[in-house]
Amino acid sequence: MTWVSAIVHGILLGGVYALLASGLALMFGVMRIINLAHGSLALVGAYMAFLLTEHLHITTYLALAPVLPGALVAGYFLQRTMLERSLRAGQLVPLLTTFGLLIVIANLLQYFFSPDVHSLDEGRIGTAAWNVSSSLSIPWFDVLTFGVAVFVLGGLELVLRHTQLGRELRATAEDADTAELVGINARAVYARAAAIAVATAALAGVFYGMRSSFDPNAGADQLLYAFEAVVIGGIGSLWGTLWGGVVLGVAQLVGAQINPEYFALSGHVVFLVVLVARTGVQARGLTLTLRRAT
Amino acid sequence: MTSAAAVREAPAMRVQRWTPVSVAFTGALTSLVALLAFAPVVLGENTQNNLIQLYFLVIMAMMWNALAGYGGLVSVGQQGFIGIGAYAAVFLSVQHSLNPYLSMLLATLIGGLIAVPVAAVVLWLRHGAFAIATWVVAESFAILVSLDPNPAIGGGTGTSALLPFDLRYTPTQRLHYTYWAALGAVAVLLLLLFVLLRSRLGGSLQAIRDDEEAAASVGVRVLLGKGVLFVVAGAGCAAAGTIILAWQLSVLPLGPDSVFGINWTAKMIFMVLVGGLGTFEGPIIGAVALYVLQTYGPNGGVWYFVLLGGIAIGFALLLPRGIWGTIQERFNVQLLPVGYRLRNVATGKGTP
Repeated sequence: MTWVSAIVHGILLGGVYALLASGLALMFGVMRIINLAHGSLALVGAYMAFLLTEHLHITTYLALAPVLPGALVAGYFLQRTMLERSLRAGQLVPLLTTFGLLIVIANLLQYFFSPDVHSLDEGRIGTAAWNVSSSLSIPWFDVLTFGVAVFVLGGLELVLRHTQLGRELRATAEDADTAELVGINARAVYARAAAIAVATAALAGVFYGMRSSFDPNAGADQLLYAFEAVVIGGIGSLWGTLWGGVVLGVAQLVGAQINPEYFALSGHVVFLVVLVARTGVQARGLTLTLRRAT
Repeated sequence: MTSAAAVREAPAMRVQRWTPVSVAFTGALTSLVALLAFAPVVLGENTQNNLIQLYFLVIMAMMWNALAGYGGLVSVGQQGFIGIGAYAAVFLSVQHSLNPYLSMLLATLIGGLIAVPVAAVVLWLRHGAFAIATWVVAESFAILVSLDPNPAIGGGTGTSALLPFDLRYTPTQRLHYTYWAALGAVAVLLLLLFVLLRSRLGGSLQAIRDDEEAAASVGVRVLLGKGVLFVVAGAGCAAAGTIILAWQLSVLPLGPDSVFGINWTAKMIFMVLVGGLGTFEGPIIGAVALYVLQTYGPNGGVWYFVLLGGIAIGFALLLPRGIWGTIQERFNVQLLPVGYRLRNVATGKGTP
């Protein structure tokens, strides 16, 4: 029964990763850049919520009300200042600048909040659980997190499919130059995509912070997990990220069931196995094309 | 008519590799390395310790630049090879009682060997995906080492290589030999990269960096070129890791400041961006810049890394060619001749 418990909890954990991954996938889909500071931005969201709950004595959920709009604005300006310039300089520069940002954020957080671990209060729901059997209980908070992930992914999907912004995003992702020809302001579209991405990151960071404690260097792990979810789920599909997050969460908790120290490692291994399997298919495709060509 | 006139007017150009400046500089660099070899006899312990630091920084910068500047591969996982170098040297010298300097040499080769299967997994990926995949590999290495129950490895609490050194050498001997090992590693790796980049492979690598599909279409073996770079960089970073081990004697597997830590990548990116991405001389300048920053600025603390990241972002955005790239562009000089230059026979002016 403990294995069942690990799998069920892993599925629910996948919701957090999918939430984290959605913004990363959106930015990659629209701008073709991987924001290496994505996990760090999520962490900034968690720390901002921590500040608000500490000083204003409000619940973490209420703290989201200022944190999310703040993240939207931060994402917009991040794109307009640093990322836009990086994008113009080629494909390597955005990686270098976002990596620099990751280092700056981790160390500033350490300066302002000390290297100690912090956590966010998840309210009364934190202690409530549905006891399915003696060895399987499902915490309501985990269900809530998963629900929020599904809601955000579904919302993004709806926006992409059915709104003017969504059409502009898809057109710019397809071909920015042609989109400009038909009157789309690609720069503005990029900035809005970055704003949405950073806001989802902050939301994910706050939920992550309620789930487990965090320290200034947690942004790196967040980034790796988010990216692993994107890759396992298959790049280019939003619902794929949910699936990827679930696979990653299950892998981590099943690994932790064998030995608590295998938590992160088993996720990494599943990610690498998926990569090898994919590239194996690619390599076979390549040899086939070569054989056909000769 | 016009084309014939154009031909007549076209100045006679000659392809050249060596210029008087580069001959002089390469000679000077060789003599400098030879001179530096006498440092243990002439200079004090502090200076030698500082130079060892500079040497492993130079190695890291050269390796990261070889990947990013020549192969277009932004690795965020070279710290994995630094850690493997350090821990392989611990394993051989503490566990198997080999001579520590022999262990360092073997650990360097082990780093290159481990880079082969890693390359097979990550080299299919490009840009951001490659960057994160290398990071995941490095993290996995770090976790595996931290889970090793072997007392010589020490698990998550780290380990020390003091014993194998102390059994054979006095502290002064250890300093001298480590100094020579570090200087030797810099010289050998510098020469290796120099030869590699001047060979056919160097040309094909530049073609890959500029346009991978186009390079593949004219018959450049893209994966082979990148693979050779990745293996050399793996061995080089492992060498840097062994020098770090011999220099600080104790290592930790986990955390950003550990031997497997992400802070090494922050330092590598800083050095290469400041010095000049894709220039042969740039990383050396970048290593000196980092060395100056950590000697005269805040060393190791929070603000040191904020400054490191901030300056790296600034260079990437405002001066993407770095210090050396900008000088090269303005004054048209190349001190170490890895490329080809066209020389106008009549005027004597050259262009790289």
